[in-house]
Amino acid sequence: MNKREGEACPRRRKNDGTPFKSEDSDVPSPVLSAFKVFQQELDVKHDKHERLVKLSRDITIESKRSIFLLHRVTSVPNVEVVLVEADTKLDAVREKIGQVAEELRGEDLYQFHRAFTPGIQEYVEAVSFQHFIRHRSLISLEEINARLVFIKEGKGCEGHAPDTTVLTFQVTPTDYLLGVADLTGELMRMCISSVGNGDMDTPFQLSQFLRQIHDGFAYIGNTGPYEVSKKLHTLRQSLAKVEDACYTLRVRGSEIPKHMLADVFSSRAALMDTDEGVA
Amino acid sequence: MSVTEMFSYIQGFLSADQDIREDIRKVVQGLEQTAREILTLLQSVHQTSGFKEIPSKCTKARELFCTVRTHISDLKTKFPVEQYYRFHEHWRFVLQRLVFLAAFVVYLETEVLVAREEVAQILGIEVVREKGFHLDVEDYLAGVLNMASELSRLAVNSVTAGDYTRPLRISNFINELDSGFRLLNLKNDPLRKRYDGLKYDVKKIEEVVYDLSIRGLATEPQEAGGDK
Repeated sequence: MNKREGEACPRRRKNDGTPFKSEDSDVPSPVLSAFKVFQQELDVKHDKHERLVKLSRDITIESKRSIFLLHRVTSVPNVEVVLVEADTKLDAVREKIGQVAEELRGEDLYQFHRAFTPGIQEYVEAVSFQHFIRHRSLISLEEINARLVFIKEGKGCEGHAPDTTVLTFQVTPTDYLLGVADLTGELMRMCISSVGNGDMDTPFQLSQFLRQIHDGFAYIGNTGPYEVSKKLHTLRQSLAKVEDACYTLRVRGSEIPKHMLADVFSSRAALMDTDEGVA
Repeated sequence: MSVTEMFSYIQGFLSADQDIREDIRKVVQGLEQTAREILTLLQSVHQTSGFKEIPSKCTKARELFCTVRTHISDLKTKFPVEQYYRFHEHWRFVLQRLVFLAAFVVYLETEVLVAREEVAQILGIEVVREKGFHLDVEDYLAGVLNMASELSRLAVNSVTAGDYTRPLRISNFINELDSGFRLLNLKNDPLRKRYDGLKYDVKKIEEVVYDLSIRGLATEPQEAGGDK
């Protein structure tokens, strides 16, 4: 009985000298054809993931550039020019996010979340930085999401909407939170450089704003995801630097002539940059 | 919207999220418990006495899968279905284990690789994402790989129990599985890591087959001679 059973089951050994027959090896077995399906499925998924990672990188780079551009507001006479320029840059970023939304159409946003979360956080950072410079307030999540609605000139593939489809991209609250945490670093930098230009009001506004954000994060505490608590540490450092700067301004601002204040802070800023290299 | 308002809105979102996760964890715990029961039940096939009882063990395991189905239908109610991957991590492990158990039962019964559709049916879930709570292809593959390790163990123990033909059949099966996995372009992810372990299972079974054949214990000893 055993012998017959061994005979009956299909043998699919490669010609490695083992004493087994390899019958019907030219017919694709159900196992192999099933794996062909899996191969396709996995490849499609991986390709999509790769495309999203690439888009996310582009979004990161463009957002970083907008932030660098925005840092110029402390040294130029006409702030509005810089803001408008940043707007065009951010429009380009939004277009990229539109492509992300396109990729994610009909997909589970969270399945590919890891692929694009760095880019989105950077975008939140850039857009909230610009918003702060313009309005001196924190951009809300809805305001961000409201600008991420895309109208696509579809090829009519959906059937019921032959010409245009509306795509939205929703920034998740966690991404928003992490982006805002990054924003504080930029604000700290802006504070230091504005002192260098003899702007005595901005540092105080900034320290107040940063304190509010810090309180907000303290309120969230450890209910948030793990990354938030990591960023909280950096946030505390940024806040300390800004508060220190304000303190120095208050104490020594009356003593030191304005043109020399810049030197006091540029040496501090240098010190901070080395700090950041470590962080 | 002031900063404080914004943060309290986010906080509200985060605590709602945590509540969902808490609910999911509770159900998953029950699911893990049942999975352990099935595993314990099936482990007895490794014992010498267990070989004769394989069909009855499989029937019992199938009964326990009913409990699994109730747990999973409970789990489905705990979160919005389009957010499957948001909470995927919570049930990924147990789902892989259940795939392994289902695949093992099906192998013991019929000695074929369980199809993804069949696993989904045993667990009472869907195959494609669009239709609801589904079985991710990577989880299915991971479960199948777990079964391969179990089969290499079974090959060893079946020799101990005096069943000399089973290792040969397992060997064929695993080799087919191996060539199937070779078709996949795996990224450097957990699945790839699991797949890298498959070659050790293959090797182990080949050793068993070798031991059997040089001692003439394998089936059709005359065939082994003729091959040389």
